[in-house]
Amino acid sequence: MALKFPIFMDAQSTTPCDPRVVEAMMPYFTEKFGHPASRNHPFGWEAEAAVDAARARLAKLIGARDPKELVFTSGGTESINLALKGVAEMYREKGNHIVTTVIEQRASLDVCKKLERQGFEVTSVPVQPDGLVDVEEIRRAITDKTILISVMFANNEIGTIQDVAAIGKLAKEKGIIFHADATQAVGKIPVDVEAMGIDVLSCTAHLIYGPKGVGALYVRRKGPRVRIAAQMDGGGHERGMRSGTLPVPLIVGFGRAAEICQESMVEESKRLAKMRDRLQDMILSSVDEAFLNGRSDRRLAGNLNISFAYVEGESVLMGLNKETALSSGSACTSSTLEPSYVIAALGASAELAHSSIRFSLHRFNTDEEVEYVGQRTIEVIKRLRDMSPLYELAKEGVDLKSIKWKAE
Amino acid sequence: MAYSDKVVDHYNNPRNVGSFGKDIVGVGTGLVGAPECGDVMKLQIKVNLDTGVIEDAKFKTFGCGSAIASSSLATEWLKGKTVDEAAKIKNTDIVNELKLPPVKIHCSVLAEDAIKAALSDYKEKHGSAAVTVASE
Repeated sequence: MALKFPIFMDAQSTTPCDPRVVEAMMPYFTEKFGHPASRNHPFGWEAEAAVDAARARLAKLIGARDPKELVFTSGGTESINLALKGVAEMYREKGNHIVTTVIEQRASLDVCKKLERQGFEVTSVPVQPDGLVDVEEIRRAITDKTILISVMFANNEIGTIQDVAAIGKLAKEKGIIFHADATQAVGKIPVDVEAMGIDVLSCTAHLIYGPKGVGALYVRRKGPRVRIAAQMDGGGHERGMRSGTLPVPLIVGFGRAAEICQESMVEESKRLAKMRDRLQDMILSSVDEAFLNGRSDRRLAGNLNISFAYVEGESVLMGLNKETALSSGSACTSSTLEPSYVIAALGASAELAHSSIRFSLHRFNTDEEVEYVGQRTIEVIKRLRDMSPLYELAKEGVDLKSIKWKAE
Repeated sequence: MAYSDKVVDHYNNPRNVGSFGKDIVGVGTGLVGAPECGDVMKLQIKVNLDTGVIEDAKFKTFGCGSAIASSSLATEWLKGKTVDEAAKIKNTDIVNELKLPPVKIHCSVLAEDAIKAALSDYKEKHGSAAVTVASE
């Protein structure tokens, strides 16, 4: 099959909608346009039934006992905001301490910063060089004021999957609410809020071949019953936790996306892992001083994150961007102009954080695309290294740390 | 971010990539930036000691596309200039030529620093010769 450009391998930033998802959504833009809160006519009933069906599909995907435990939001960022602020506000009387990790996504970090300004105390536990959190570190961080533990299920940059069940067990033992940011996990790996002891869970549609603009928050109703303070006031939709007219077409799409993911998860993750492993082998076998970031045996099937010493990430992307969409932890590709804090948290040098490239594969990638992207990446790295003063110095045997760099 | 055509051109066809031996007569070397900041430029000039004219220039850069383009452009501009003329190249000239957006201005600053460092290294190594030319 002929390759079609540009090739998309940035599926942890977003995914294309599955055509089956779009097909399911279409009628809800036009003939089935009702407001699910219209209780007194068929338009409303039809919309409500569609929302209920989607809620049930999503509940099934994450192992929730009751679809009512799911609240629809506008996406992962809103779910995380609602989870952290909602729990903090509701349980403030009980305590003001939150335990999280240093590799959470920006939404979590920023909400925690805001909560700190409001008088909460946040402990961010470090990760090990393989990207995994030591559950004992979380245990040690807990105080008698701790009301919430918030941990990312699977990391957006390095794909590392945390031992969520162990953290859930610890939270139960201590009587602390456990929020899992599962935006990168749901639909890709088995998630079971009951078996894993998750009390609150954030997820989003656009990372699992659903539409952008819709997400969900799971809020446990039994054992324990978790309460969260609404952050959006209005008509009292979503059991009072999130007011606002539900975007029915998006929710229908989310439901269909969840259903497809559940049906195809086993087969799909095998296929993605095989392609990812091929890409990894190709690159690591022909490029020296290329380092895999994150633990290799506990990561998302489609994720591959490599730091290429002596070349800067944005320049790598620039060499590929007409034909391949990837992402980098380089400062030049971030809105903050800081290199990836996730790669830095692994104990790597700042230089290696600037040099990290993330490949994230998705449902529609092909073996041919993998071969092409692998080859082109190798070529671009070689070209940039020929241009790199650092590579030249390193090859001359100069220890780069021995040079007195004049940092700006 | 979309790059200007000139940045893309310099990135795809960098001018004067390479290195001179540091001990060759007439060569001045500037090494600026820091790996942890994500950009390092090595810029070298080769000056004709009789005329004070920069006859050749080379660079190697670790950095983003704009950093590569800024240093590539700098080597292009340096060739044929006298040491004194070269000292007048400003980062804003590079910004204008490459149409660098505000977040990339530091790349042009680094290129100016690299030029200055190469010139001062040259003057340090060839002090008497440089002075002779300047006084002629």
